[in-house]
Amino acid sequence: MTQRATLVSAMNAMTNIGTDTQTIVAADAPKMKTESLSIYYSAFRAVADVTLPVRDRQITAIIGPSGCGKSTLLRALNRMNDLVAGSHIQGKVTLDGEDIYAPNMDVVDIRRRIGMVFQRPNPFPKTIYDNVAFGPRLYGRIPKTELDEIVESSLRRAALWDEVKDKLKQSGLALSGGQQQRLCIARAVAAEPEVILMDEPCSALDPVATLKIEELMQELKKDYAIVIVTHNMQQAARVSDYTAMMMMRSDRAGEMIELDQTQKIFTRPGDKRTEDYVSGRFG
Amino acid sequence: MDTSQPLRPSPGPNKDNPEAVRLNVIRRRILARSGQVLFFSSVIIAFIALVALLLTVSNRAFGYVAEENNVNPTTLAAVPLDQLSQEELVKILQDHISRNVFRRLDREQPFVQRSKEDVLALVTERVVQPEVVETWGLFDSLFNRERIEAAVREEHPDATLSFRSWVSWSFLTSPMSSQAEVAGIRTAVLGSLMMILLTMVIAVPIGVGAAIYLEEYATKSRINQIIQTNIYNLAGVPSIIYGILGLAIFVRGLERFTSGATFGVTDSNGRTILSASLTMALLVLPLVIINAQEALKAVPYSFREASYGLGATKWQTIWHHVIPTALPGILTGTILAMSRAIGETAPLIVVGASTFIVSDPNSPFSKFTALPILIYNWTARPFETFRHIAAAAIIVLLALLVIMNLTAILLRNRFRQSY
Repeated sequence: MTQRATLVSAMNAMTNIGTDTQTIVAADAPKMKTESLSIYYSAFRAVADVTLPVRDRQITAIIGPSGCGKSTLLRALNRMNDLVAGSHIQGKVTLDGEDIYAPNMDVVDIRRRIGMVFQRPNPFPKTIYDNVAFGPRLYGRIPKTELDEIVESSLRRAALWDEVKDKLKQSGLALSGGQQQRLCIARAVAAEPEVILMDEPCSALDPVATLKIEELMQELKKDYAIVIVTHNMQQAARVSDYTAMMMMRSDRAGEMIELDQTQKIFTRPGDKRTEDYVSGRFG
Repeated sequence: MDTSQPLRPSPGPNKDNPEAVRLNVIRRRILARSGQVLFFSSVIIAFIALVALLLTVSNRAFGYVAEENNVNPTTLAAVPLDQLSQEELVKILQDHISRNVFRRLDREQPFVQRSKEDVLALVTERVVQPEVVETWGLFDSLFNRERIEAAVREEHPDATLSFRSWVSWSFLTSPMSSQAEVAGIRTAVLGSLMMILLTMVIAVPIGVGAAIYLEEYATKSRINQIIQTNIYNLAGVPSIIYGILGLAIFVRGLERFTSGATFGVTDSNGRTILSASLTMALLVLPLVIINAQEALKAVPYSFREASYGLGATKWQTIWHHVIPTALPGILTGTILAMSRAIGETAPLIVVGASTFIVSDPNSPFSKFTALPILIYNWTARPFETFRHIAAAAIIVLLALLVIMNLTAILLRNRFRQSY
């Protein structure tokens, strides 16, 4: 092991890959992990045999061409796929080593612990305050002062507080697209998750709003494990620490063909198809 | 790829022949134009039908009336009656009606306590006794005024001619009567409103509940699909069949309940407001369910997703997001269903609404009548005056419908959101 570590760090020194190398080598248990995960919609296999570790306080990006099962994989991580009739999985998804699909696990609590931000900003048609307070309120009545604190700190974490502190009673739908998306992030944060899943969070936003969200992700990463699905390869390259490359197989099931540090994926991918994809030769 | 050859021969004219292309374009223009004319004329026909309806009704509801007094007011007093004092009016009343009737009226409400208008009305009704001898429609009144006046001078020299709106405050507030001149629709309006209110109380919770189950909980199983299809079918069942069902179940089968006997009401049979409301509730239930389902379907999936994503249970998602978002739609659909119920006649006839009733309905176990029943009854009578008050009642019913539908539209606009 040490020998290998030395070797790797030597290689890293040579190729000047980032400082995160230590984490990958230090073989600490990932926050979440899928093990040989296959996802089915009825008989159709949408994702095949994916083994993907998600490390705590790191951003893992999932990239790949349209229809390769990126979103399906992401939605399996907090059991959102359960809402689709006929969907089921094979394999395992663990959170802190616990199988989240085990019968004794409560799906409602799983989704609270693994928050999600969606492709299109989807604030509820309620006030900004009520949007953020929705998660905490699900557990019952909370004293007003405590709730105020949660709302403020969540909005601060989503870098939205200064923009909305004077209009907390206004509708969340009155905000701009980028603000709405940050409101959705604040809403997810308020539920005190451990992992945040983001399904193409910037695809409906302009470049300035996108930049803000990306900066925000760097902040959030200090406390959460983040998984992001993105179509935008530059975005994956900019924000993520690890990148998983997915492709559709000939039977239309998506598979993960490569997982590595982001820098490596974008500079020296191990798979020819990854290289073609990230260099824009197709997709 | 060889681009000189098109992939497949294009239909239509030869693109190299400008004349053929021009003709083709003209042909398509003509086709488009005639389509537009066709659709526009459909709208015009519908509009004409509506205007014709309104004109016919208003023609009957307003117009000249020739009235003859049995007793000429000038023989009663030297000045017009409305300039007399209350004591003088009571005196006239005392002199001209039998002592028994006078005493009975005094017992109902002592004359000293009555208002002057009330006493004047009594004098007019009991002593002067105006009688409508002839009536004319609105258009006759507007365009043939001279002819009407001449006819009155010739045929009814004693009659006074006046323009009368058969819809009037006293028409709205008077109880039914066998005399068209004094008949009002208060009992029917109250009956209709009470019935609608009760129908709403019964049909809305059940209908919305069923819609929520079918839309949010029900899986796509065969049984649920059969249920769904049958709800659509039930919405098309003729209303008289619901009437017969109501007669069998509510009026006859559950008579102890619908007559109020279970609750200590003794003087009633099953033909009550409650029976009518239950029948109407059955009738509008499919409509309420379908409308509520449509409203629930319109709630964006992203709201549910966001809610589930935060760890909300199904019930929390439905209660906090789905129902509030769908509420305006549900309300609108409900009001439209109720405006259907308020105009229904056939089931009420079968269930047994009274055609003549003077007392106001005062509980769900009252006998009652409703506006459509009244209209049906009055139009069937041979006297001209009843046609006029039937038209007036139609105007009131239409006004009620318009108010309800306007409320629905306003609600929808008020709550309409862009997601």
